[in-house]
Amino acid sequence: MSELLKIRTENLDFYYGAKQALKGVNLDCPEKRVTAIIGPSGCGKSTLIRTLNRMNDVIPGARAAGRVLIDGLDVLSPKMDVVELRRAVGMVFQKPNPFPKSIFDNIAYGLRINGLRDRQKLAEVVERSLRGAALWEEVKDRLRDNAFSLSGGQQQRLCIARALAVEPEVILFDEPCSAIDPIATAKIEELIFKLKETYTVVIVTHNMQQAARVSDFTAFMMLGEMVEYGRTDRIFTNPANKLTEDYITGRFG
Amino acid sequence: MSPLKDPARTIQRKWAAAKESAIKAFFFVNGIAAVVVLLGIFGVLLYTSVPAFREIDLKEFLGNTVWDPTSPEKAEYGILSMLASTFLVTIGALAIAVPVGIGVAAYLSDVAHWRVREIVKPIVEILAGIPSVVVGFLGIVLFGPAIAKIFGIAHGLNALNGSVLLAIMSLPTIISISEDSLNAVPTAYAEASYGLGATRWQTLVRVKIPAALSGIIAAVMLGMGRAIGETMTVLMATGNARSFPTGIFESVRTMTANIAIELGEVPYHTTHYYALFAIGLVLFVITFLVNMAADIVLRKYQEREQ
Amino acid sequence: MKRKVFQFLGFMLLRTCLYIVLAVLLLFLYDIIRKGGGAISWEFLSQPPRRGMTEGGIFPAIFGTFLVTMITSVLAVPMGMFAAIYLNEYARQTRLTRLLRLAIRNLSGVPSIVYGLFGVILFVNIFAFGTSILSAGLTLGLLTLPWTITASEEALKTVPNSYREGALALGATKWQSIRTNVLPYALPGMLTGTVLGLARAAGETAPIMFTGAAFFLPILPKSLGDQFMALPYHLYIMATQHHNILKVRPLAYATALVLIVLVLGMNMTAVVIRYRLRRKRRMGS
Repeated sequence: MSELLKIRTENLDFYYGAKQALKGVNLDCPEKRVTAIIGPSGCGKSTLIRTLNRMNDVIPGARAAGRVLIDGLDVLSPKMDVVELRRAVGMVFQKPNPFPKSIFDNIAYGLRINGLRDRQKLAEVVERSLRGAALWEEVKDRLRDNAFSLSGGQQQRLCIARALAVEPEVILFDEPCSAIDPIATAKIEELIFKLKETYTVVIVTHNMQQAARVSDFTAFMMLGEMVEYGRTDRIFTNPANKLTEDYITGRFG
Repeated sequence: MSPLKDPARTIQRKWAAAKESAIKAFFFVNGIAAVVVLLGIFGVLLYTSVPAFREIDLKEFLGNTVWDPTSPEKAEYGILSMLASTFLVTIGALAIAVPVGIGVAAYLSDVAHWRVREIVKPIVEILAGIPSVVVGFLGIVLFGPAIAKIFGIAHGLNALNGSVLLAIMSLPTIISISEDSLNAVPTAYAEASYGLGATRWQTLVRVKIPAALSGIIAAVMLGMGRAIGETMTVLMATGNARSFPTGIFESVRTMTANIAIELGEVPYHTTHYYALFAIGLVLFVITFLVNMAADIVLRKYQEREQ
Repeated sequence: MKRKVFQFLGFMLLRTCLYIVLAVLLLFLYDIIRKGGGAISWEFLSQPPRRGMTEGGIFPAIFGTFLVTMITSVLAVPMGMFAAIYLNEYARQTRLTRLLRLAIRNLSGVPSIVYGLFGVILFVNIFAFGTSILSAGLTLGLLTLPWTITASEEALKTVPNSYREGALALGATKWQSIRTNVLPYALPGMLTGTVLGLARAAGETAPIMFTGAAFFLPILPKSLGDQFMALPYHLYIMATQHHNILKVRPLAYATALVLIVLVLGMNMTAVVIRYRLRRKRRMGS
């Protein structure tokens, strides 16, 4: 395809101890586009996305084989600095997980651990990130409040702003809306649509309609394997694989 | 350019990585401290006991009932009486503490209103916090005279007194671990029992306690370990006579008490001195085995629950 | 019907067990307070002993217990916290880790007199600190170590994993995530647990009997290399070895009371601190 590739996995296998969770997965995520990963629960989509920023490293017994190329560099290689990788590849989790700190401190966190102390600069970045997450207007007067005083949807947008603050190139969303209400979900979907102007987005979702609404490319997975992959509109109107068709039409969940 | 490819950050990253490794190594050294100390204790005890066995026959040490190292005729180094005394006092303590402890644990876990639990749990903690020397003191001034009066004997400094006091000291351990075990029994078991028409008491006795049995056994063993190793309480309250115990109203001397009594006066680097360390080694091994056994029981219990 | 009767009797039995335990505790406290309270006075608490400890006060013992507990905390508290950080944050589920935890559990079961024996050889003789505050404090420190490790680990476990993961996902190093997102929230619990361990150490006698505690030292220790008086040892001697046991009995009671107040006071302070700090964390920050 003619799109510039930001992320590409080649024959990616993944094991939790003896159990194989990913089998020979080949995924392409074009630059500044939204790629959705869908599939029934247990198909390995969360495992896949967490491999991209090596969050699976924290799980004992987890092991990956194959290659994951971001900008042409294999991030699975032992020479890759995981800390640097995670700065360039941000993640928003399934359940909003703000830190028990103020709204301001949550967003400034990523900057502070990199040594940025200048209050003026921090304030600028915080505002920019909150605007980027469409949350600025709602919280600009209470930046010192505890993050837990926000609603679920707001907390999730806070987490998005927090990820934006360190200026990543890729943002990974691991089922970001499964724990929040439909109105907040709509806001976040709108946000994702805007984010792709600047960032490459990969989103895991169990909600097919969401994938159809939000993404440019879709990948369908089952039992650890990549079944089909292509442009979203084609996948949803004319799937090539029978399994894909069955899943999309709801024959199994 | 992608930050992943920026070479200027490489040196910065390498330096940060080295710092992280050093920090991890620092914590690791602290982490293994416990093992080092344990091995150190065992090593020191072993090393200081060995000279004793140049003079003392091991069979005589473990099998002889007479301990008389300062005798002018023949110095005797048999610890059997002390072993028996430790054993007697411990069994006596468990005979009291196990039923009462499990009873309290069962009450707290199953019957008590949560408000009662909130009050009783801190009280049990307070009981656990009373220093052993204070418990021993109360054995001298309170329980000993009480025992003497109840049973019509001259004074109450005997094995029974020791057992009662040790029971008090073991109770908090037995209560809290047993209660945790009872609480950990899956509610599904209890619900199934009620569904079949059983009363709460029947469910408690026939379903919950058997299900929590391993945890309760582990609790008892840990309490036992505590009782075996207790020093001040028995030192103050059991009379410290060296003879082989033949009844609970007799004055007895446990291994722990013996060390405490004689260590202060024994001249350094004599066989007697080394022999005291040998007793310490025996104590260490016994409590080690009891704790290991409790550990195995607890682990099997947890595995089963998985 | 019969079953209901059984149940009633059964629960009565259990309730009786509880009453026995409560009664014993109350009896303890009542006896000590009644017979010890009378001898407590400001003079008792602030004066050194006189006339072979038949008169005067126990201030040196209070002071000595305080000093030795300080040394204990210097050894046991930081080391305990660092070991807990290793076990909970860094260690993997390997055989070595299991061995470490086993060692810790076993250490907490070692008899206190055995710690005393160890302290005599290691600190008094090998390190040549002699019978001193230092030797006794370090011996008690080893005794307290398993407790501080366990308490600190419990505190670390209460910090939700999402704090750690969230930090790592933003590009924090492991130590940064611990320092900024785990320790601040675990610290109150860690401190409470260690204070509880220290309370226990303050009441121990056997480990200090042969490593530095003495009975009658009217002059306060001037350095860590000096011997010292200590409350638990003082009580022991007054109750068993004194040449005029019955005469000093009231003073023994009073010493017991002071010791209990000290130990229980430390326990309660720890719990209150933890409660307060937890509330503060939830409100602000």
